[in-house]
Amino acid sequence: MLDLLSGFVGELRNAGLPVSLTENLDAMEAVKHIPIEDRDAFKYALAATLVKNEQHWRAFETVFEVYFSLRGPEYNVGDEDGNGEFDPESLEEWMSQQMQGMGGRGGGQDMSPEEIAEMLFRALLNADEAMMAAMARAAVTQFAGMEPGRPVGGTYYLYRTLRNLDLDGMLERLVEESSERYEGELSPLAERLEREEFENRIEQLKREIEAEIRRRLVADRGVEAMAKTLRKPLPEDVDFMHASREEMANIRKAIQPLTRKLAARLARKRKHKRRGPLDFRATVRRSLSYGGVPAEPRFRHPRPNKPELIVVADISGSVAAFARFTLHLVYALQNQFSKVRSFVFIDGIDEVTHMFQNEEDITNAVHRVNTEADVVWVDGHSDYGHAFGVFWENFGKDVNAKSTMMFLGDARNNYHSTNAWVLKECQKRARSVFWLNPEPRSYWDTGDSVITEYSTYTDGVFECRNLRQLEGFVDNLA
Amino acid sequence: MTETMFGDLSGVREGLAKVEYLADDGIASVVYLAERLGKPVLIEGPAGTGKTELAKSVAAMSGARLIRLQCYEGLDEAKALYEWNYKKQLLRIQADRGVDAEHEDWVDLQDDIFQDEFLLTRPLLEAISAEDKVVLLIDEVDRVEIETEALLLEILSDYQVSIPELGTIMASQIPLVFLTSNNTRELSEALKRRCLFLHIDYPDLEREKQIVLTKVVGISENLAEQIARVVRSVRQLELKKAPSVSETLDWARTLVLLGIENIDVEQAKQTLHILLKYQSDIEKAAKELTVEA
Repeated sequence: MLDLLSGFVGELRNAGLPVSLTENLDAMEAVKHIPIEDRDAFKYALAATLVKNEQHWRAFETVFEVYFSLRGPEYNVGDEDGNGEFDPESLEEWMSQQMQGMGGRGGGQDMSPEEIAEMLFRALLNADEAMMAAMARAAVTQFAGMEPGRPVGGTYYLYRTLRNLDLDGMLERLVEESSERYEGELSPLAERLEREEFENRIEQLKREIEAEIRRRLVADRGVEAMAKTLRKPLPEDVDFMHASREEMANIRKAIQPLTRKLAARLARKRKHKRRGPLDFRATVRRSLSYGGVPAEPRFRHPRPNKPELIVVADISGSVAAFARFTLHLVYALQNQFSKVRSFVFIDGIDEVTHMFQNEEDITNAVHRVNTEADVVWVDGHSDYGHAFGVFWENFGKDVNAKSTMMFLGDARNNYHSTNAWVLKECQKRARSVFWLNPEPRSYWDTGDSVITEYSTYTDGVFECRNLRQLEGFVDNLA
Repeated sequence: MTETMFGDLSGVREGLAKVEYLADDGIASVVYLAERLGKPVLIEGPAGTGKTELAKSVAAMSGARLIRLQCYEGLDEAKALYEWNYKKQLLRIQADRGVDAEHEDWVDLQDDIFQDEFLLTRPLLEAISAEDKVVLLIDEVDRVEIETEALLLEILSDYQVSIPELGTIMASQIPLVFLTSNNTRELSEALKRRCLFLHIDYPDLEREKQIVLTKVVGISENLAEQIARVVRSVRQLELKKAPSVSETLDWARTLVLLGIENIDVEQAKQTLHILLKYQSDIEKAAKELTVEA
């Protein structure tokens, strides 16, 4: 038990969760008080002592599933007939029992896809959870085609299973069936709710299938190897450029609380610096009432440092996500700056400030930027040189000593001319010029990247590959 | 702790249900552990999901007195821990002076005026020194500055308060401590390390329905089910502020008052402002509900 727990904690640390020694001890202590056969309670006890940040919960859950899924009888909890789930023989036996009940042909392997689909359909319709779990198991046996020792990721098996099940079609059928059941009596709202209920159940089924595949993989490959393949970066560490769709969604979700936190922190920082430098004149004036002794020094009121921000972002395919998140973050912090203007470009450039004004919903605005901004000049491949040239021509006069400029992009210029003089001019006029690059530092200046040429005229180029780095930068900026 | 407040795990859940708080497995386990291990619980989660309510319910269930410390920016030692009642101390000195001013002994006097009698207890000290059973609730701990947070550390780990003039006051019994946070800033590692962590999220469909059924008088099961479903549907949208449990309850009460049995789109739209508090959110939700229809 002790070994198992310390292995578990080690894996959590590998996954990036900060688990301290005391927390580890607490976990050991907590487990003592929990009836070991209650798997849920066991899980929550570990979570309460080891995970201190809600965003780490998913990582924790994954590791937990791998480590404490069915390891021998003492952890094997609450399975209906008490059979070891990943033991294929007993599974088949159990399946065939089920099939007899259904009047099937007997033997899990022989079950036809249609039969599985039919049973699944019924289970989903009646929200029969035990049945759903059983069908998930059957579906994995039937469709995933898992072979021991085959070096393929779990996602591959998941994809194969889901493709065969055709869950979208299943959803349509479910909705139809239920509207038939109520004989068209349902109001539109109720119908919508009914559909969502089914979507929810199907989502649950998908999770069940995923868990099933994982269980079998663990049985096949062993815990450590499996934990390693499942290790995923936390949302704030996910690379913008290589995020999958699900990870993107997670980043989007994480950005909201992040901006709130950042705003609170900045406001607090500002309030704390209540004292400005010594106001010599006022101090002398004040000293008159003490006969010329400067007994009471006076200080200037600090003027909050609210920069005017000009964001110039590349929104071509490769870096679009990065620009989107940065715009999102910057506008969420709008009140920390005296003014924010934003420009987006690919090979043409367009001002998009107005899209953020009078728009309460930033997500909406960012979406509009991607669809409405007029950023294509010739062919829609990044041309930093041309975009900067046009920028200087049209908006260069607006850059003044108060403005802080932020350029976002990977500086991959497709071998066009760079027009780096624009940045030089900007640097002369603006208070500061920064460049954020979403590429890893080691890629800079390889291929068509011309970041060094631009960086000579900036006050700093920052690698900004994930939320954590972005947050750090914005924090220092405001 | 030798004797336990509430038997075993299921005892916790039943006890909480009795005071109309429906706990899920996670909540019940953490409360149970907190009492067994004698550790404070840090509760985090969106606003209006019943964080404060949990502390209150635990107090009600175990028959303990609830001591509440509401945190805010600028909270200091004098308001959270203890304060010397200096007016009374002054009076004491003056009273002495009237009797025999010559035999004034400074050491005696000092011993005299720094005593329990002149100590004003504030919530934290009160919880520590209480003789009866208490539940200490430190509400919205994320609102105090980081420096003030340190003030809590001694209490949370050792259940004691050090007063320079008096010495250390140890707790006669370990109180159950709940800290709540809306997560407006990252709490310090030191604080988190000392606590059990509990994240309360929006409840799932079934639990929300049960909550509505328990808390709203005279609601039918059918309506509760519909309410829970609509709320889940609204929560799936990308909103500035998703409806909380307390807002769900308000909405349910409104619908009951209006005598509505079946929610249709029009009624939902008209009462949406109870569920959502931002105009843009209301518009978005109203649009979503109609488009799909």
